[in-house]
Amino acid sequence: MNAIEWYAMIGKTALVIGMLLMVAPVMNWIERRGAGLMQNRLGPNRVGPFGLFQTIADALKFLFKEDRILGHVNPFWYFIAPIVVLIPACMTFAVIPFASSITVDGTVIRMQAAELNVGFLYVFAIASLGVYGLIMGGWASNNKFALLGSLRSSSQMISYELSMGLSVIGLVMVFSSVDLMAITQGQGEALWQLGPLTIPKWGIFVQPIGFIIFLTAVFAETNRLPFDLPEGEPEIVGFHVEYGSMKFAVFMMGEYMNMAVASGLLASLYFGGWQLLPGMGWALGNLGLAGDAHEWARIGFEMLSFTLKLSFFMWFFVWVRWTLPRFRYDQLMDLGWKVLLPLSLANIVITGAMIYYGWV
Amino acid sequence: MLLKTKESLIRRMYLVDVAKGLAITIKNFFFAPKITIQYPEERRKYSDRFRGQHYIKATNGVENCTACMLCPTVCPAECIHIVAGERPDKEKYPVQFEIDILRCCFCGMCEEACPKDAIKLSTIYEMSTESRDVYDRSFLMEQRGNK
Repeated sequence: MNAIEWYAMIGKTALVIGMLLMVAPVMNWIERRGAGLMQNRLGPNRVGPFGLFQTIADALKFLFKEDRILGHVNPFWYFIAPIVVLIPACMTFAVIPFASSITVDGTVIRMQAAELNVGFLYVFAIASLGVYGLIMGGWASNNKFALLGSLRSSSQMISYELSMGLSVIGLVMVFSSVDLMAITQGQGEALWQLGPLTIPKWGIFVQPIGFIIFLTAVFAETNRLPFDLPEGEPEIVGFHVEYGSMKFAVFMMGEYMNMAVASGLLASLYFGGWQLLPGMGWALGNLGLAGDAHEWARIGFEMLSFTLKLSFFMWFFVWVRWTLPRFRYDQLMDLGWKVLLPLSLANIVITGAMIYYGWV
Repeated sequence: MLLKTKESLIRRMYLVDVAKGLAITIKNFFFAPKITIQYPEERRKYSDRFRGQHYIKATNGVENCTACMLCPTVCPAECIHIVAGERPDKEKYPVQFEIDILRCCFCGMCEEACPKDAIKLSTIYEMSTESRDVYDRSFLMEQRGNK
C-alpha cells in the first residue's frame, strides 16, 4: 500500500467510527423529541438550543453514576456483555459504501471503510454475533427475568435472521454480486422510462417483496418496536434488568448503532445507496466545476445523498416506534416463521423465474 | 368465547393499515397543537376556587379571626393549632395560630367553617420548601390571596 492508500484508509475508518459514535447521542435526541411531538407534547427542549445538549447531560449522568457490579452476578460475563453487543455494531458498518470511488494520483480510493468481496455476508456474519452479548448479559445477571428476556431476544433474532438473509438473495440474483459497492453501482442503471421520468433500477423497484421482508426483519433484528420484546421497557422486563450506569448506556448505544447499520443496509441495498437523488445530478452539473474539484463535489453529493437516505430510515425507525403497538410473542413467531420465511423463499423462486425470462 | 373473524387478505397483510397509522403519526408530528405548558414561563390558569396556600384575612390590619376554634374542630387532618387570648378591648383573638402544612390535606373545610371569613385558601400552589415548615401567625397574616 502506498501513502495515499494509508491516509485514505485512516480517513475512511475515522469517518465511519466517528459517524457511528455520533449516531447514539443524536438519535437519542431525535427519538425523544420526535416522540414528544408525535404525542402532542414538546419533548426535551431545555438543555441547549432545541434541547440538543440533553443527550450530553444524559451521558454525563450515566458517567457519574456508580458503576456497580452486583453481588450475585458473574462479574466477567456481566462486564463483557455490553462490549460484545457494541463491537459487532461498530464493525458491520465497515462494508457499507457511503460514496463511489475517486482517483487521487492514479490511486483509486473506494469510499467504504473495508473493501471486502464478501460484502454483506460479512454484515450478516458479524451482526449475528450481537446476540451473544444479549445471552451473556441475561445469563450473567443471574436473574430469572433477565434470562427469560435474553431467551426471548435470542429466539427472535435467530428467527428473523433467516428471513432477513433469504430476502436479500433475490437482490443478489438480480445484481449478480454480494459486494455492496457493486450492488449500489448496479442500481444506477435505468429500469423503465416513463416519458421524461426515469425509474432507476433501485432495489425497491426490482424487489418490492424482498424490501418489505427485509424491512420487517431488520426491525426485529435491531430490537425496535413493534418487535422490541427483548427490551420491552413498559411492562415485560428484558435482558438488561441488572444493568445500570454506563453499561446500560453501552447497550443503548449498541442498539442505535445497529439501527444505523440497518439503515445503511436498507439505503444501499434497496434505495440506491450513494446514487444521487433526483435533482442532485442536475445541481452537480450546474455547479460548473471541472477536473478534481468536480470529482470531489461528486463525492460530496454522493455522501449527502447516502446520508439523507440513511437519515430517512433512522427517522423511519422512530416513526414506526410511535405508530405500531408491540407484537405478542406468539404473533411475532407466527409472522417470522409462517409468513416471512415462506414469502422470502417464494420471492427467490419468483425472482429466479423473472431473471430466466429476462424481465429484470 | 373467542370469536375468530375472517379478514380479507389485504387487511391481513397489514401493510395498508400500517401506512394509515404512519400517516396519522406524522400528521400529529407536524400539525397537532402541542398541549405542553412550559412551566416557569407559562402557568396553568387555575379556577378561582382552587385551594392552595392558607392565609388569614385581615381588615384594616387586624385579623378577622376571633379564635372561635371552629377550624381546628372541623379539620380532618388536625393540623390547625390555635391558642386564644384577649385584647385590651375584651376582643378574643388568636395569640398563636399554627398550621402544620405537611399534615394539611387542602380540603378547605376550615374555610367553609369559618364564621368570620378569616382563614382562607389562596390560589398559590408553589409551596415547596427545604424544611418541614409549620405556618405561624405572622406568616399566615401576609395577605396573599385573591379572595
